[in-house]
Amino acid sequence: MRPISYTRATGTTDAIAAVTADPRSHFLAGGTTEVDLLRQNVLAPRRLVDINDLPLTGVEEMPDGSLRIGALARMSQVAQAPVVRERFPLIAQALELGASAQLRNMASMGGNMMQRVRCGYFRDTASACNKRVPGSGCAAIEGTSRGHAVLGTSAHCIATHPSDVAVALAALDARIRTEGPGGERSYSFEEFFLLPGDTPDREHPLEHGELITVIEVPSVPIARHSAYLKVRDRESYEFALVSVAAALALADGLVLDVRLALGGVGTRPWRAERAEEFLLGAPAIPQNFHEAARVEMAAARPTSMNAFKVELACRTVVRALETLTGSPS
Amino acid sequence: MTPAVGQPVDRVDGRPKVTGSARFSAEIPLPGMAYAALVGAHIAAGRITSIDTGEAEAAEGVLAVLTHENTPPIAAQPPLLPSLAGTAAPGQTFFPLQDDVVHYAGQHIAVVVADTHERAQHAASLLHVRYAEEPSVTTLDQGRDLAHVPEAIFGGFMPGRMSRGDLRKGIDEADVRLDATFTYAANNHNPIEPPATTASWEGGELTLWDATQGVTSTQQTVAALLGLPVSRVRVVGHYTGGSFGGKAMTWHHPALAAIAARTVGRPVKLALTREQMFTSMGHREEQEQTIMLAATGDGRLTALRHHKLSPTSHFDEWAEPSLGVASQIYGCPHYEGEYRLFRANTMTPTFMRAPGEASGMFAMECAMDELAERLGMDPLELRLRNITATDPMTGDPWSSWGLEECYRRGAERFGWAGRDPRPRSRREGHWMIGTGMASAGYPVAQPLTPQRARARLYADGTVLVQAATPDFGTGVATVMTQVAADALGLPVERCRFENGDTALPQIAAAVGSAGAGMISAAVHTAATALRDALVARAVADAESPLHGADAGAVELRDGRMVLRGDPGTGESYAEMMHRQFLPDLEALGSWNPGSGANGHALMTFGAQFAEVAVDADLGIVRVRRMVGAFAPGRVLNPKTARSQLMGGMIWGLGQALLEANHMEARTGRWAASSLGDYLVAVNADAPDVDVELVEVEDTVVNPLGVKGVGEIGQVGAGAAIANAVHHATGRRVRKMPITIEDLL
Amino acid sequence: MSSHVSANTAAESGVLPERGPEPVQVTLHVNGERRAVDIEPRVSLLDALREHLGLTGAKKGCDQGACGACTVLVDGRRVLGCLTLAITCEGREVTTIEGLAREGRLDPMQEAFIAHDAFQCGYCTPGQIMSAVALLREGHAGDDEEIKEWMSGNICRCAAYPNIRAAIRAVRDADPDAAPGTGSGA
Repeated sequence: MRPISYTRATGTTDAIAAVTADPRSHFLAGGTTEVDLLRQNVLAPRRLVDINDLPLTGVEEMPDGSLRIGALARMSQVAQAPVVRERFPLIAQALELGASAQLRNMASMGGNMMQRVRCGYFRDTASACNKRVPGSGCAAIEGTSRGHAVLGTSAHCIATHPSDVAVALAALDARIRTEGPGGERSYSFEEFFLLPGDTPDREHPLEHGELITVIEVPSVPIARHSAYLKVRDRESYEFALVSVAAALALADGLVLDVRLALGGVGTRPWRAERAEEFLLGAPAIPQNFHEAARVEMAAARPTSMNAFKVELACRTVVRALETLTGSPS
Repeated sequence: MTPAVGQPVDRVDGRPKVTGSARFSAEIPLPGMAYAALVGAHIAAGRITSIDTGEAEAAEGVLAVLTHENTPPIAAQPPLLPSLAGTAAPGQTFFPLQDDVVHYAGQHIAVVVADTHERAQHAASLLHVRYAEEPSVTTLDQGRDLAHVPEAIFGGFMPGRMSRGDLRKGIDEADVRLDATFTYAANNHNPIEPPATTASWEGGELTLWDATQGVTSTQQTVAALLGLPVSRVRVVGHYTGGSFGGKAMTWHHPALAAIAARTVGRPVKLALTREQMFTSMGHREEQEQTIMLAATGDGRLTALRHHKLSPTSHFDEWAEPSLGVASQIYGCPHYEGEYRLFRANTMTPTFMRAPGEASGMFAMECAMDELAERLGMDPLELRLRNITATDPMTGDPWSSWGLEECYRRGAERFGWAGRDPRPRSRREGHWMIGTGMASAGYPVAQPLTPQRARARLYADGTVLVQAATPDFGTGVATVMTQVAADALGLPVERCRFENGDTALPQIAAAVGSAGAGMISAAVHTAATALRDALVARAVADAESPLHGADAGAVELRDGRMVLRGDPGTGESYAEMMHRQFLPDLEALGSWNPGSGANGHALMTFGAQFAEVAVDADLGIVRVRRMVGAFAPGRVLNPKTARSQLMGGMIWGLGQALLEANHMEARTGRWAASSLGDYLVAVNADAPDVDVELVEVEDTVVNPLGVKGVGEIGQVGAGAAIANAVHHATGRRVRKMPITIEDLL
Repeated sequence: MSSHVSANTAAESGVLPERGPEPVQVTLHVNGERRAVDIEPRVSLLDALREHLGLTGAKKGCDQGACGACTVLVDGRRVLGCLTLAITCEGREVTTIEGLAREGRLDPMQEAFIAHDAFQCGYCTPGQIMSAVALLREGHAGDDEEIKEWMSGNICRCAAYPNIRAAIRAVRDADPDAAPGTGSGA
């Protein structure tokens, strides 16, 4: 880890101003990504601006039924909030299936949105990585790629977006609000999580100094009937091979409304819009669930090592939807 | 008085461990401590063309940067001998920083020393190294055509090729023949404590605090490498935070810490990073095993051929001995075993829990399961038809056996009887349920040198027993307290075992499940000698109530020497010692295993049972329960013994389902180098484990008849799981680990 | 020095006070005691405890947030010392394994770990115990499945897991007056 200096901010405006004024300052929240990558010499800020004292920790239900999650609310705190457990079980489940109890106590929700990929080549400064050093190449494409993405990849990067909760939030059309040198902004997930394309180093549209303040989750009534299913080798404390966030409403055996997003397979939290489209109005039967998943996964571009994720993702989608319809397997 | 041996005594080192006061070897506070950081090579093969240390040397707090350009040459490279031999035991016969050649990725190429940990780590990132890279060979596919059959493996202790009978004849006699090839990922030990050495010089005397399975190995190896008299090297290791073979041999870092400390004139702490643990302490090699079983229609094995292919380093001919137990556990008359090695850009592989037995018995026991299926026979019945009371390699009887009893009791506890043998016959919702079993065996290894301990009784009636061995989680300090207590007729509370220091009587590294047997032999010998000395003094003492008694008629009870059959006649140790003006009395015990076996073959046996649930759609495997029955001779402490066996069984689970590392052909580097990528079992993966202890008397192996429990828990556990996966799904997955993609 | 500067001062100056990168005095509250250390801001809480305060009970297993050996409580919640910078803990209460026993009396969880042989080498043990103490307080020890999941952030390579669960069950089911983690600052 390089030498760094430290500042503790007590006001949001000051924190933003401080980071904006210094291209080599980073915000420090829970530290679970930042400190890890400082130690790996992947990140090299001159200074950390500690934002943990900023008043951005609330988890509030708004009169219109939407949810406002403060960027500095901890994962564990959000997962415990009664409103989240009752009205958005997929969020609570995604949170509690992520990382470990200790990390969930540390990691902030804003930091979760900003967390970096877990690709081993990104973490290893001796390897080629376009995300870390633009133009240096991608060691993963020809390397060990079992855990890598199959959707949204490019010839320059195949790193999987690691977040669980972002997958649940993607399914719910959540928005990310920021404050920065350019004032307040609000982004859809589509806008916020950039595909790697030929600039995998650019993961978000944020300007330097722009700080996530709130994650807004609109009132999605069907979210009450939702689930987050995570498949991995180890039973706990591991990133997803495949995960599915799903919410479903039926009427007369037909899909009235559905929300579906995938984790572990995409270069960003992957909203499965094609699958949703296929399912809307269709009979809620396993054959259709499977077909919907196939439609979504048709765009997959796997490597030889992660080709199994395509089939696994289809089956996981089917399982998640079956769980919500109570279909026998 | 109830003997202490055999009682489930709580660990004597429990309190320091649960309060955090136990000091591990990176936790020794010394004034003026400096911190060393290692730098590893980024390429797998080639040469260092330049190494620019200027920026690192100029960095804040840096005291020294050692590279091949300024590191003094080592005095001598000792040969690779397993540390149980009791001599120098380098993990490989290569020492870094001697020239510009890079043999494997991660090879240490520099040591940076600074006044704080952070500064050392940072400066280590400031070296600018240029390489001339050459093509590397690291994978089985790259090395297959380069392989040779070695003369010997395992430090020269085992032949590269073995046979008995006439394989052709055995095949001709058979009704059924089965051929199967198994592949294995490499495994890394990953103890939670990173290996660490703290080095301090006082004049010409070197003290090392080292995380190790054997302080003697560190002492002998570092003395040889540095050209120091052994008498000037003291190694202390009171606590070692797990090893599993990874700290069984002496790797580079203890000597590098000593060199660094000498260079900067301050004590130096050198702890490996987690990433460096993948390239600094050996590993279980990636391998492929091919097995051929031939049997008669009634299930009698007639022929067994077992070949293994694996990479070794450019320095040593090492393979974990995978063929051993698999060649001995069944009475198959015709056998051929062969190791094939190829030179690769890797460290020398090393011992890792159940080294060889776990992988070899995985192939053997999965093949036996498949054979049972072909023959339409219960897998347990097939084993019973083939087990043998004598070692089929030598014809010698086992010194103790117990295998049938292990099968019987294991099967009973598991509920094996009445199992529906048809695959996919049991389902619970999404889950397909299967059960499987396997045999377990582990050789009883003997040290080559005398094993020593000292027992000292103080006049207050307390005893101190000393031996050099560290306790890396085996419970040795606890059980040796029990052994000493019984030999001296004292309650365990009045006995203390002091260990983990070369200043204490010599013990070889506790490896190969040999620790409990050899150390108990030394402690028992010492404590018995002390007891004999005490009794001799009493019967010779005119003022003793025992004066003139036959020494053989005196027994020890609760700190007293009394006449057998007349407990009223006698006196306490304390009474006699006060009268004789003896503040203490001590005896050194030395146990020499010698040739030992006396026409016996030495092996520990067991049986493993597992139940798994496999998600029919998602391929997820969860182990629901495991039962293991083991016959480890005498059980010194059932509490600590069960814990070790349980740990071994869960290691088997990890090896079967989780643990994998692979060399990348393109770069010659390990794919996994963190605990996020190399998966070991977490709490949620570990089912409750039922351990059944089958005590068998053994009068051959050592004075107390102890055969050891460190490794056998892992042998066969993976095969039982793989066989259960087959039973659940109908799929034979011939690899370790079995992962989701194998079952979709 | 105080770590807190009023928002007004900062706003007026337009620049937040900056400390480091050279060693600065950091005041920590550890196990109920106020301890000042001179450390660089990059020093982790784990290294501050182990290398500067002589509190080596919290262990360094991976330094990457992947093993849990460094688990300590900060303001009563279990966190990883390796991914926490010490300087961020100013004004917070840190509890380590050394703060669990009181006046030589072991915490019930420590007793239970010994009684149930919930460790072998002992290296992950302080982290396991701190995590187990927090687990009970969080109310995540309802049944074995819950204990398994909520203790999975602490790797035990000796694989004492079934015994760790037994120790936790024992404390959970014991006299509620003997609640764990009542040590200083917890």
